[in-house]
This record gives sequence, C-alpha cells and structure tokens, in this order.
Amino acid sequence: MLKLHHFHGGLRLDGHKAESLQRGLLQATLPERLFLPLRQHIGDHNKPRAAVGDRVLKGQVIASDSALICAAVHAPTSGTIRAIENYPVAHPSGQADTCIVIDVDGEDKAIEPIPPDLENLAPGELIELICGAGIVGLGGAVFPTSPKLSRGKVQGIDTLIINGVECEPYITCDDILMRFNAAEVIRGSGYLQRILAPRTTYIAIEDNKPEAIAAMAKALAEHPLPDTEIIPIPTMYPSGGEKQLVQILTGKEVPHGQLAFDVGLLCQNVGTCAAITRALEKDEPLISRVVTISGDNIAQPGNWETRLGTPISHLVELAGGYRHGTGGHLVMGGSMMGFALSGSAVPIVKASNCIMVMREETIPKSPGYHDECIRCSKCTEVCPAQLLPQQLYWHARAKAYERTREFHLFDCIECGCCSTVCPSRIPLVQYYRAAKSEIRAAQKAQFKSDRARLRFEFREKRLLLKKQQDEERRRLKREALQKKNASPGSEKSMADPVQAALDRVKARKKLAQED
Amino acid sequence: MTNVIVSSPYVVQGSTLKRLMIQVIIALLPGTIAYAWYFGPGVIINICLAVLLALAFEAGILKLRAKPVMPHLADFSAIVAAWLFALCLPMHVPWWLVLVGIGFTMVAGKHLYGGLGFNPFNPAMVGYVVLLISFPREMTTWYLPNSVSGETLSLKEALAYTFGGADIQQWDALSSATPLDQVKTAVAQGITVSEIRLSPVFGEYGGKGWEWIAFWWFIGGLWLLATRTIRWHIPVALLGAVLAMSLLFYLVNPETYTSPLFHLLSGAAVIGAFFIATDPVTAATTDSGRIYYGLLIGCLIYVIRVWGGYPDGLAFAVLLANMCVPLIDYYTQPRVYGEK
Repeated sequence: MLKLHHFHGGLRLDGHKAESLQRGLLQATLPERLFLPLRQHIGDHNKPRAAVGDRVLKGQVIASDSALICAAVHAPTSGTIRAIENYPVAHPSGQADTCIVIDVDGEDKAIEPIPPDLENLAPGELIELICGAGIVGLGGAVFPTSPKLSRGKVQGIDTLIINGVECEPYITCDDILMRFNAAEVIRGSGYLQRILAPRTTYIAIEDNKPEAIAAMAKALAEHPLPDTEIIPIPTMYPSGGEKQLVQILTGKEVPHGQLAFDVGLLCQNVGTCAAITRALEKDEPLISRVVTISGDNIAQPGNWETRLGTPISHLVELAGGYRHGTGGHLVMGGSMMGFALSGSAVPIVKASNCIMVMREETIPKSPGYHDECIRCSKCTEVCPAQLLPQQLYWHARAKAYERTREFHLFDCIECGCCSTVCPSRIPLVQYYRAAKSEIRAAQKAQFKSDRARLRFEFREKRLLLKKQQDEERRRLKREALQKKNASPGSEKSMADPVQAALDRVKARKKLAQED
Repeated sequence: MTNVIVSSPYVVQGSTLKRLMIQVIIALLPGTIAYAWYFGPGVIINICLAVLLALAFEAGILKLRAKPVMPHLADFSAIVAAWLFALCLPMHVPWWLVLVGIGFTMVAGKHLYGGLGFNPFNPAMVGYVVLLISFPREMTTWYLPNSVSGETLSLKEALAYTFGGADIQQWDALSSATPLDQVKTAVAQGITVSEIRLSPVFGEYGGKGWEWIAFWWFIGGLWLLATRTIRWHIPVALLGAVLAMSLLFYLVNPETYTSPLFHLLSGAAVIGAFFIATDPVTAATTDSGRIYYGLLIGCLIYVIRVWGGYPDGLAFAVLLANMCVPLIDYYTQPRVYGEK
C-alpha cells in the first residue's frame, strides 16, 4: 500500500454531493440551438471552419487552428449554422465571445466514423488522434491534452496520476462518470500508459466516493493495467489540485516555476481519460461532457451527459427548473473556485463541470461590509501554498504590488481556503485576483511602453544618422565645389553667373526634349 | 436576468471576529473573578467604567471618521481592549484616570492609526503606559489582598474612592506596594531575597493572592488555546523566556534574584502571555515570528523587572516588541510550496 503524505493546510468542507448523486447519469436532450464558443480551451484562438448557412454533421470540425496549444471544436450534432457572432460565454468577467450558433435539425446525423487500427499505432499517432478530437483537460483547466502528452513524452514520465479526486463541494460529474463509465476511464488510462510508458500509475479518488472506488476497482479487474493502483485519499479540500495531489501521492513538491512533468509526473482527469477512449475507439471527438447541476435553487439536482453548446437554461429546465422563483445566482464550477455567470443563456463548454444554481440569500450579491484583518493567521493555517494571506491582503489592499510579489502572490492557487475561514469575512481571494490582474496589466503596459521607447529611440538614432550623412554629403559637395571654383576653368562662370544659369536651363531643356 | 459578478469562494466556515472576542471575554472571567475576590469590588468598577467609556469613545470617533458605528461596536473588540486596560490598573483609581487612559487607548492607540487592524501598538498598553508615566502616584498606589489585610474596600467605599467625595487617606493602612515592587526596592537596599520572602505579602510562590489570580489567568489561557482563539507560540515563548532568564540568574545568585516561579506568578507575566501579547493585530503573524516575538517580550519583562526603572515590564516590553513586528514578519516568512 502506498504511503500517503499531507499537504499544508486545507479544509474539511460540507461536500453537498449527495443531492446530485441520486439519479445516476442522465442524458440531456438536444436543445433547439447550440452556442459553441470558438475557444473553449486555454491557449491560442481558433478560426471558424464553417460558414453561416452551412449544414454541419455531428463530429465535423467547425473551428480549429494550427497553433500548438489549441483544441478544435466539433459540431455536437447535425444542423445548420445560423450565425457566427458574439454571445455571452462562461467567463469570470462576464464578457461575450465569438460563438458558432447551430440550428439543431434533430436528426443527430454524424459523419462516418473511421475507428483507427489501434493495435498498430505508434504513441505519436495516438497523440495526433487525441489532438484531432479536440480533447482538453476536463477537470476544469481545459489545457489541450495533446501538447501536454507530447511534452510529457519528451521529458519522460515516471508516474502517471489519474485524477478522480473531485474535492470541490457540489461537483459530482467525475464521481458519476466513474460509477457509470469506469471501463472507459480505465481503458483511457491504458492508452495514456501506451503513450507515456510510465513506471507506475496511480488512480486517486477521494474516500468520500466509495461507489466510484468500487466501480473503478471492478473495471480495473476486468481490464487489468500494468503497475496501476487505485488510491483512495483522505477527503480534504483542495486535494484534487494538481500540486496538492502530487504532494499527497509522492511527498514531492512541484518545484517553484516548474510544472509536474518537469519532475516526471503527469496528471490527467478521469473525464479526459474517458474522452480519450471515445476518441480512439469510436472516432468520436469531444462533443459532450458530464455536467452536474446542483445548488439550493434547483428542483432536481443531478448529472447530465450534455452536448457542448447547450444553453444552461435548457439544463435548468431538464432539472425541473428553479426551486424558489426564477432569480438566483448561476455559478460555473464549485462553491470554492467557481465563478458567477452572466445569465442562463451562457452555453455549456468543455470546462463546465458543474453549474451551481444558488439562491440570492446563499450567495450575497456584493461582499458589502466586512470587518478588518486582525492578523489572526487562520488563513495561514489553511493555505495549501504555504503563503501568508494576511500579509498579501495588507499589501494588495495598499496596492503595494511589488510587496505582494515578494510575498509570492503568484504562488496563490486561488483555492479559497483563506476567504472561507477568515473571521472578518474578508473576500481575500478577490483582493488577490484584483492584484494579479493589476500587475499583469501593468506588465503589459510596461512591455508596450518599453517597445514604444525602443522604437522611438531607434527612430531618433536613424534620423540623427541621416542628418549626419546628409551633412557629410553636403560637406563633400561643398568641398568639391570649392575645388572646382579654385580651378582655372571656372573663371568664366564666376564672371557671368547669369549666363551660366541660362546655359544650365538650356541644357536641361535639351535633355528633356531628347527624352 | 443578469447576475452581479461576485467572486468565489461562496462558502464561509468557522469563527467570526465577534466570536473570537467573546471567547477572550469568557477566558478573562475566571481570572477577573479571582482578582475581585482578593482585591474587592474596585476591580469590577474599573472594568465597567473602562468598558462604558471605551464604547462611548469608539462610537464617537467612528462617527467623526464617518464609519459605520454599530458593526464596529458589535465586534466586541473595544470591550476586550477596555477590559484588559482596566485589569492593568491598580484596584482603586479615580474615575478621571480611567477616562484619560481609555481616551488614549481608543483614540491614540487605535483610531488615529485607522482603527481595528491598523494599529501597530497594543492599544491597552498605550493607554496604560501614558498613565504610568503621567500619573505615577495614582498608578502605583496598590492595595493589599484580603488574604493579607483581612478586608478590602466595600462596594460603597470603592465607588466613593473612584468617583471622588471620599478621603482616600483613611485607607492608607490597606495600601501597599506590589510584591514585585517590594522585592525590587528591598534588593536595591541590599536585603536578601530570603529575608524579603518573610514579609506577609508573599505566599507560597509569588505574592499572596496574586499567585492564585495568575493561576486563573492560566486557566483562561488554556481555554483560549483549546478554542483555538490563540495559538501556543507566543505564550510558550514568552513564559519560556521569563523562566529561562529567571532560572539562569536564580542559579547564579538566589539571594539577589528571586525564583523563576516567583517571576512567573507575579505581576503581569501570565495575563500578558495569554491575553495581552497575543493581541493578533499588534503581534507577529508568522509561526516562527511569534516565537521570536514572545521570546523578546519575555526577556524584556525580566530585564525591566530586574534592572529597569519599573517593578514590572510587560507594557514596555509589549510596546517595544510591537515596533519589531514588521521586521520579524518580513524575515520569518515561511517556505512557500515548491521552494527549496
């Protein structure tokens, strides 16, 4: 049995998971219209690959780009492209982004799948297939999977970690997926093993999910994988964070400024594994995901296998509508790290693991009055990054951004533990987010002004050089002229400059005529 | 429908500022009761007067600063500060002394710096030190515990003392220097510690009465630790430093230097360790920083008691350590995840 380690701090939270686990894995019906943001991943922008009016089939690429950190978007069902324009999307700022809008025709007609000959494919070819399927990390970070695997393969992976921890309150999509589709997850882990050839594989699941652990163990017994172990880990938020999970399983810390694969580790979410299985075995790209609908303002919480692009309002309808009136807050993600959505028109994207539908009373509209920090250090006790949140708050509040960096602001993983336990109820993470974006904006501005300054200096230099060259030329000319004037043949022109000028004009005219 | 964007987390858990302050008040009760038991109702009068004045000052200055009054009054922090301030006073003082002291505590110590959370110095100690320096006679007129004198002032007499109209000379027989003060004066005169200990004001370990009050402060301190209102670093380091310093010199010369137990159980060592030095706003905030902070205060207490100009040194020690807090905090940052 693997010896587990602890990470610093963390919280035991009320999970609110039972509510959405009652009804198993449900299939969401198709809405009338799908809204697919061009970019649903972390990385470069996609370009639309279909035009308004085009008929598209399920599984057809509708947006892609050749950039490295990129993931294509596929049509989740058949239909006609109605528009390509700005719509509200799931983003912390509530901003709109370019979406491809599909009028669903209801036929759900797919392009002909070509299941690949998996037996004879090299790891690189498997990665290419995963890339083609538009797969991203489905734990919430939505980093494109194929570049992560390529880099992991190059660097060499010692331990593959399959993350089924799901530590955040309200979210149960991975739990449900493991209960009902454990085989897909296990087979997906097998493909990852083929690609990465790790020495060991750990499948980590929080011990508050005994059913999922049992289902995964059963699936693993049916499809045995080499050197693979299912590790139940203690329930403690945020054990599902990559850095914390690495620490729990290996006792190692991901060194500052490096990533997990720099120390021979690679983490993949269980949902990603299932998506890989579908892509490789059935040639089915990432067009749907399991979404948890939960919260105290939804009639029937549950988990739905949902096509990407489905508006949240459609899912709310499937879940029996709002429990208390139509109002309330919509949050994407869990109660610790989720963010408020601008409205129910926002579509489900690859990152949408959970939609929390909360009453106004549960989530206050504005932070409002809070007491001041008394430096009690309860935040320090729970901080998994081992920071000093009270000091960060002090400097962030004073806009002393240089200081916040000295206190490692950018090591903050925004897990929310500090805000949760603060006796003064200070929205600490909000201050850190604000400080981070201010610093980033300042860096950008600095970069711009530096570039502008360089350009200006270069221009000044160029103008100076030109001036010097001109002067040099004039000087030479002057000297030549003086020399010429000094020579005897020039006396005539000296004697009669008017005649000389007339001669010159005549000569020019003559030249012009000849031309 | 458009939502207002609020930032996660959307969960709160654990104690509030007000609950923390109430825990401190609960923890102060056993020691306060013991204090009043030995020294009479003057103790309670001082606390009540100080609390009322503190709330009045707090409300007034919040109004002047155009800040919300009720939420701040309801956080109980003014009550805790006033209570601790009152406990530092001699058991019988005129009302205006409390007024001046609380005025400095709340106005200069707290609000001139920006209010709760922004004051670099422990407000109660600021108020106390102002009084100690400005009104040395009133601030050093202490009274005997009933276990020595057999009686204390009645409630009526104590009220008359505090609010004037009484000839305070009539109680001269009951007044006495504190045990720490007596030791200091006697040692300076060349009297040995064992001779001093023969005086009736001394009990088993410390001053008679005082040692038991210290015990009840200790019980309250354990309550604070058990409820995780404070953490162990400051009390342990502070008392450890007092113990280590006093033991060292006691071993060198027990006739000039009193025993470690006497130092721990006399004066403000215990209440200071658990209730005053642990004021989170003005103390160091890192774990190791709190140890340095506690050690510094403990050492300074001993130095001031033995070689300084005052019989006890908690207030000056705390204020001096408060000045070092930014430095301590800066250089005791814990190792961040992923750092070598």
